[in-house]
Amino acid sequence: MNTLEVLRFAVRGLMANKMRSTLTTLGILIGVAAVILLVAVGEGASQQIQGNIQRLGANSLTVSSTTSGGGGGGGGGGFAGPFGGGGGQQQNSGPRTQAKDLTVDDARALADRANAPSVKSVSPVVTAQNQTATYEGASHAVQQVVGTYPSYFEASNKPVAQGTYFFNEDVLAARKVIVIGQTVAENLFGQVNPVGKQINVTGVPFTVVGVLKESGSSGFQDGDDLAIAPLPAVQQSLTGFGPLGQIVVQATSADTVDVAQDEITQVLNQRHGITGTAAADYRILNQATLQETVGAAIGTFTVLLGAVAAISLLVGGIGITNIMLVTVTERTREIGIRKAIGAPRSAILGQFLAEATMLSLFGGLLGVTVAVIGAQFTIAGITPSVVPSSVALALGVSVAIGLFFGSYPANRAAKLRPIEALRFE
Amino acid sequence: MSAPLVLDVQDVRKVYGQGETAVHALRGITLAVEPGDYVAIMGASGSGKSTLMNIIGCLDVPSSGAYRLDGTDVGVLDDVRLAIVRNRKIGFVFQSFNLIPRMSALMNVELPLAYGGVKAGERRKRALAALERVGLADRVHHQPNELSGGQQQRVAIARSLVNAPTLLLADEPTGALDSTSTRDVLGIFDQLSLGGRTIVVITHESDVAAHAKRVVRLMDGQIIADIRQSPVSGPPPRLEEVSL
Ligand SMILES: Nc1ncnc2c1ncn2[C@@H]1O[C@H](COP(=O)(O)OP(=O)(O)O)[C@@H](O)[C@H]1O
Ligand SMILES: [Mg+2]
Repeated sequence: MNTLEVLRFAVRGLMANKMRSTLTTLGILIGVAAVILLVAVGEGASQQIQGNIQRLGANSLTVSSTTSGGGGGGGGGGFAGPFGGGGGQQQNSGPRTQAKDLTVDDARALADRANAPSVKSVSPVVTAQNQTATYEGASHAVQQVVGTYPSYFEASNKPVAQGTYFFNEDVLAARKVIVIGQTVAENLFGQVNPVGKQINVTGVPFTVVGVLKESGSSGFQDGDDLAIAPLPAVQQSLTGFGPLGQIVVQATSADTVDVAQDEITQVLNQRHGITGTAAADYRILNQATLQETVGAAIGTFTVLLGAVAAISLLVGGIGITNIMLVTVTERTREIGIRKAIGAPRSAILGQFLAEATMLSLFGGLLGVTVAVIGAQFTIAGITPSVVPSSVALALGVSVAIGLFFGSYPANRAAKLRPIEALRFE
Repeated sequence: MSAPLVLDVQDVRKVYGQGETAVHALRGITLAVEPGDYVAIMGASGSGKSTLMNIIGCLDVPSSGAYRLDGTDVGVLDDVRLAIVRNRKIGFVFQSFNLIPRMSALMNVELPLAYGGVKAGERRKRALAALERVGLADRVHHQPNELSGGQQQRVAIARSLVNAPTLLLADEPTGALDSTSTRDVLGIFDQLSLGGRTIVVITHESDVAAHAKRVVRLMDGQIIADIRQSPVSGPPPRLEEVSL
């Protein structure tokens, strides 16, 4: 009686009751698919959010005002989010001395090497939302028009794919030059090369000097639906010379981000007259801290999803025990006959264990297939990312479940005395 | 020395239950069967025939007494060895056929060989030969529910013979069959006996017992008569009649 034979008997046993085998398989299938898919969704969400944060730029800190938020409130790099509290430094309690907006002078003070040696660059930012841009008959409402300094491109991680950035002279001269995102370029120009062309933004003509590299949709908003122009040009034509929306600060290196944050706090506290327990009228979004916090939150979320799925896998396992118990009871007489003609205990045990394991393995493999196919679709705005270890784990667990939950009924079958089994009705 | 006794049962007793409700199914059976003998065990219903056969066939254990099968003391064997004894030394034929449903006749007959570790090709050859011997060469791929009672019993006989067992045990093999099928089955047994196979048949019909070389009568768990109808070495008494 070799292994192959035992397996063949098991297959025959399962085929004898196709409906029942199918339903049991379905239980395991759902469990395994749920585990893999939910973990994949968690992982996908995590990657997506981490990507969004990364898009803010390397080693960058975003200072924004906590007053009414003058100058338009959009996040520095397309990340305006529910996680703002994560790395932000914000105290809403305590008496507030007269709140001050962020100004270009604040930015200048931060750029002073003496006060803030860990700061590499400072880019003041104003943002105008939903500005209509037109080029020959084509028109497109640009989600964000950002007015800033050239250092912004590096600080907020926005490389140019075509053409160039604008330069300091452009800022000083308040030239109407503009760098547009991929979405804007496609909508206004289609296949035409936009560099050198003139577009109108809310009636004001701007010359396109460059097109940004595609950064992808963030799930919250289209990261490519923006345009960047020199600060004074945007102020003149779109936002007016009010307060800044944000100041994007780039630290000298990844290690100095936290030091830079302290330096910024000191400079701004002094300039805004904030002392002791008084609440700050600005907040600093620290990308690294944010990433950690969000990472931890998503991790918890993924574990939770996995746990829910694991329960369904367990239920599938109990389904196997149930079915195997019924099968053993139903086939007691058959077991008696097999024993009477000389089946050793190991053959009976092997057959029923193999049946249970096959059910779970087959269900597990189908579950993996379903999960992998399911992961190709976007679920609730999230592109799932299948984690290989979750596939291995779910398959391993499903086989273990088959062995574990199948061994009780199988043992019961194998231990039956032949005469008892034969007399069973 | 001559070959060992196929069966050597010494003062075997079997008690079901305990105390007040205890049933003494066997009250001291002593029986010896030589190789080549064809024994019918007769008795009224409840006289302990099936109990005795289950013990002889190693499906059940006696409450007391010793039992040797083909020279081996079966009482001391463990589970694994008992399975081997059942597989190699005993062929069972039951009143209710006991074929495995949803398996073809061929696969049912192959089963003891599979458990005995015979390779697939050899197994098929021997199973087909056994089925041919019981006249079912044209029904090998039928499942039990596609066969008549007599055909099912012939498949069961083929299955019991396929391992060339030392002893063929049959418990009321014709009890569920019509007269034609009964004649078929008895004819096969006569042929097997002629070929030297040792057979023990349990029955309550004297027609069936008439085919045996020796008739043992049971009553209330005891042997009350042991009659030899024809010599062990000769042919079974009704051989000519059946083959006509
Ligand atoms: N499993 C059992 N439990 C209790 N009593 C039993 C059992 N099997 C048989 N008996 C009793 O033992 C006696 C002999 O039964 P059995 O060997 O089946 O007789 P037969 O086959 O000659 O009709 C009967 O009285 C029967 O009721
Ligand atoms: Mg009986």
